[in-house]
Amino acid sequence: MTASIVEPKAAGFFHDLLSVAGRALRSIPREPEVLAPALFIPVFFYFINVGALENVAKASGVSDYRAFQLPVAIIFAVTGLSRASALVLDIQDGYLDRLLMTPIKRATLLLGLMVADFVLVFAVEVPVIGLGYLLGVRFETGVLGIFVFLLMGAFWGLAFTGFPYAIALKTGNPAAVNASFILFFPFAFMTTSFLPEESLSGWLATVAKLNPVTYLLEGMRSVITGWDTSMLLPGIASIAGVMIVSFSLALLTLRGRLRRGA
Amino acid sequence: MSNPAIITQGLGRDFDDNHAVIDVDLEVATGEIYGFLGPNGAGKSTMVRMLCTLLAPSSGMAMVADYDVVRNPGAVRLRIGAALQSAALDPMQSGREILLLQGRLYGLSRAATSERIETLATLIDLGEALDDRIKTYSGGMKRRLDLAASLIHTPKVLFLDEPTTGLDPVSRNRIWEEVRRLNDEGMTIFLTTQYLEEADVLSDRVGIISSGRIVAEDSPDTLKRRYGSDVIVAQTPGQEDDAVTALRNLPGVERVERHSDDVMVVTPNASKLLSPVALALQDAGITVANLAMRTPTLDDVFLELTGGRLRPGEDE
Repeated sequence: MTASIVEPKAAGFFHDLLSVAGRALRSIPREPEVLAPALFIPVFFYFINVGALENVAKASGVSDYRAFQLPVAIIFAVTGLSRASALVLDIQDGYLDRLLMTPIKRATLLLGLMVADFVLVFAVEVPVIGLGYLLGVRFETGVLGIFVFLLMGAFWGLAFTGFPYAIALKTGNPAAVNASFILFFPFAFMTTSFLPEESLSGWLATVAKLNPVTYLLEGMRSVITGWDTSMLLPGIASIAGVMIVSFSLALLTLRGRLRRGA
Repeated sequence: MSNPAIITQGLGRDFDDNHAVIDVDLEVATGEIYGFLGPNGAGKSTMVRMLCTLLAPSSGMAMVADYDVVRNPGAVRLRIGAALQSAALDPMQSGREILLLQGRLYGLSRAATSERIETLATLIDLGEALDDRIKTYSGGMKRRLDLAASLIHTPKVLFLDEPTTGLDPVSRNRIWEEVRRLNDEGMTIFLTTQYLEEADVLSDRVGIISSGRIVAEDSPDTLKRRYGSDVIVAQTPGQEDDAVTALRNLPGVERVERHSDDVMVVTPNASKLLSPVALALQDAGITVANLAMRTPTLDDVFLELTGGRLRPGEDE
């Protein structure tokens, strides 16, 4: 073998970020079994919820229940969708060690996966919003409104990924990562998923007020009916709040794993 | 004269109450193949992980390719390559994709990476399988690709952690050939192994680690001379215990052991003792089917130093 003259060097943060994201994105179409439930579940619940509750909701004062349910379908589609299981496999197979022996910027190991997640959740949202259109949902805010709506859903999906990544890095256990789906339930159901806040009562009304998803749903619903910053800004703030918490958790867990030896 | 490729002083690593590596002083010369030999759990992999910057030492210091693994891990990473115990690959990617990603992470240009992949593809001989998903590869193919991934940036020091464990003899020989060839090109190689033959055949020097401590270090031949003894092997079917009794007190015999159907006579000078052994067995009325002598092996050295024999194949 004739050795080539090569000069290895640190590639830099953005280069590493794109390299990690590129690998993750290449893997996604190769694992359709991961993507299929993410599309099926929101579509299924959208049909079921609209079919079962449309008349009840009308009685509660919701004039367009299909538009009311569309953000819920988006939240169902994107919440918990991540490459955390792939990260666990990297830990178990030793591939994370191979990456850690390169001069890669450590944070990009996580952030690169999150970039791929963002692209993925955005892509998953498109058919869901298309279904809403087929069922008659129209955006008063036009194309810009649709884009903002998609962005809010995608950023929410991204914000939530910090939790499964933290669990993956802490445990290195695929079962624990799968169990992180449990976190989805209080976020997605103890809120105004089915009926508006005025129709909730007792403890559920109290919990819904504390749940960031309540403000996210209200913000996304407001984008369908017209620009209303008093609804939109709390929605964006709720995404930012969850993102700060979950990303901090994930990055701290990454640091802990690197410190004790991956 | 160039600096040593690897230096450790008082290097140690604890896992809670378990002292995996204890006070290891080591010096590996540039261009040397250093064999690191030890049983399961002796601390070989822990040592490699510290030298590869994957694990922080609990005590002591380590320099690899002139840089401290704790103070300047980034500089170390640019200068080392490593194929760890099990081939560390992503089964959903193709071999080429793995190598391309490695090249990108080492900051190589697209042209340089492509050139390296072409060179390495010849080296690892994967043919068209280089574009197949890794999940379709055999164990030997994975090991060879893993080796290529560790070489993409032409490291100065290569760590091979049990590179042939679980491989068939043909695949093992191919890895050995590549190790020799890389070393001929000037690469320093730190090789951990449970296979005595591997350490014997490949290494310029061997370090033997037992319970986290280095118990001996030198060239394989010197170790065998220093710690090993000659052995006379007698086969006396059905009369092994009688043979042991007949030979035990013979002058010049260090000890006599029975291993299955073989009676092993350990002595400093087998050629001198061969005739007395034959006569003693004849005098005792024992029928000898075969009588042979052999020089010491690293296995004998290992037994002498650690009181046990290596049992390859179990995970550390």
